[in-house]
Amino acid sequence: MGLKEKLHKFKEKNKDKKWIPAFNAIHTFLYLPNETTHGGTHIKVADDLKRTMNTVIMALVPCLIFGMYNAGYQHYLALGEIDAAHGFLGASFWTLDNLIIGLWKVLPLVVVSYGVGLAVEFVFAIIKGHEVEEGYLVTGMLVPLIVPVDIPLWMLAVAVIFGVVIGKEVFGGTGMNILNPALTIRAFLFFAYPTWMSGDKVWVHGAVERDQMIADGASLDAISGETILGSYAQNNSVIYDYWDMFWGLIPGSVGETSKFLIIIGALFLIFTKIGSWRIIVSTLIGALTMGLIFNGVVDAGWITESSKFYGLMNVPFWQHLIIGSILFGAVYMATDPVTASQTNKGKWIYGFLIGFISIMIRVFNPAYPEGVFLAILLMNVFAPTIDHYVIQGNVKKRMKRLKVKTA
Amino acid sequence: MGLLSKKDAKLITDPLADNNPITIQVLGICSALAITAELKASLVMGIAVLFVLGVGNVVISLMRNIIPSKIRIIVQLIVVAALVIIVDQVLKAFAYELSKTLSVFVGLIITNCIIMGRFEAFALGNGPWKSFLDGIGNALGYAVILLIVGFFRELLGSGTLFGIPVLGDPIEKTGVYSIGYENNGFMLMPPMALIVVGLIIWVQRSRNKALIED
Repeated sequence: MGLKEKLHKFKEKNKDKKWIPAFNAIHTFLYLPNETTHGGTHIKVADDLKRTMNTVIMALVPCLIFGMYNAGYQHYLALGEIDAAHGFLGASFWTLDNLIIGLWKVLPLVVVSYGVGLAVEFVFAIIKGHEVEEGYLVTGMLVPLIVPVDIPLWMLAVAVIFGVVIGKEVFGGTGMNILNPALTIRAFLFFAYPTWMSGDKVWVHGAVERDQMIADGASLDAISGETILGSYAQNNSVIYDYWDMFWGLIPGSVGETSKFLIIIGALFLIFTKIGSWRIIVSTLIGALTMGLIFNGVVDAGWITESSKFYGLMNVPFWQHLIIGSILFGAVYMATDPVTASQTNKGKWIYGFLIGFISIMIRVFNPAYPEGVFLAILLMNVFAPTIDHYVIQGNVKKRMKRLKVKTA
Repeated sequence: MGLLSKKDAKLITDPLADNNPITIQVLGICSALAITAELKASLVMGIAVLFVLGVGNVVISLMRNIIPSKIRIIVQLIVVAALVIIVDQVLKAFAYELSKTLSVFVGLIITNCIIMGRFEAFALGNGPWKSFLDGIGNALGYAVILLIVGFFRELLGSGTLFGIPVLGDPIEKTGVYSIGYENNGFMLMPPMALIVVGLIIWVQRSRNKALIED
């Protein structure tokens, strides 16, 4: 008897036990379930929730690997131990040293995110007596990518528990949530521990630690790495060129810096029809529109250089796409099929407003240097409303057509 | 309880749990979210409402037969307003700092739905003794939730209870702060109070399934 039969037998024998959902979850990872649908219509597809989720994870892996190298690169660059790498294939970027720092700092984030998140899912599945849902697979991967590299692990764990319970389980689990769980986790961290989520220290590994050592009397030079948005918000000059921003050789949250890899991920998601191209495109259009409006305000001379908004308003509109995390948000967060609008027209409105509001928050509120996550959460809340009016509009249109025909 | 008949005792105990004004009737949420960042403010607010509702219920009950029903809301408002002004002046005289923390929310007791709700639903139709017990019960039910929310918000948000540090000093890094713990700033914001109230409702309803409505 092979392992496969043994597992099926084991499942059969214990199917009344409380913990069986936990076993099933692991079991279906190894083998296809041996159950078949009873009665009704059968549709045979190779695509299920797990495969959908895994496709998104595949699209995220390049960002994660890049993020690991970038963590080490930013660390050594800030220390002045290596020269700046010019270009995606720069000699000082893809080095073993960088990767080691990355593995040392980023892997624990991934482990904590998955470990804590899945533990919560398992507990809820056992209490509620349903199968473990796959919803956390993508969330668990997104979370390490949208936090600063030096975030303390216990904070991440607390935030994950909060995000999964309040963001998802209270609404009824995967597929029922209103808010994107990964962004709920980020929002929690942002409001609960702002000193670890913003400023010019947390984006570079070792900067906070070094400050502590200096405070304790060590004679070291402080290191820091301000994000580009942070520099603009304070009307400081930016030391990175456009190609650095595009390739991702800049400080930022772990996985959102490389626009190049995000675009590749986006193409992959669009090609596999997992991500909605309408949402991605409309988000970018929304961002560009708001950027253009701000540029117009500067060109019209309505705002002077002494204004605290000048720095960000003066950013060329297209540059908004390669600074900050608007692209990451548009591709991986806004497209979440559960929390986004479902109708095609609704998707255009939903995406456009996300882009539009993101840039508005980015410019007008220096306390929130990155507004993308807030904009997406806000539109998550409005997505059902948008759908409602789109559907009602359609119904009205058809009623009218009916009346004309019958009149 | 020898002092109270079983029925009277229920007037006090019911609002404490299964008919709680905040978690079951979902009234008075506004102040519950606004002032529960500190335990002290929660306590004072609870006492203030206890006074206003206890006395107010008695007054309304005594007048219940002479109030023309057309203008009863105005009469009720005047009674609450008079009582709230007393509370406000006492706070300003004896606890000025605290009255600043509570700011407009003392004045807003007037608009607290629990008070008008109890006047309308109970005091207008029952005798003074029963109305007094009902007022005390509901105010206690309100205060209990305020204190629970205030406890968690102050402990996790500032690391203190009634202003006394219990988790160590966050600046000197003593106590739990020495191992990297940090205060949760989100706890001090009103949205977190709503979530804490939501969690209390969750716990309460999962313990008593009869409270779950469809």
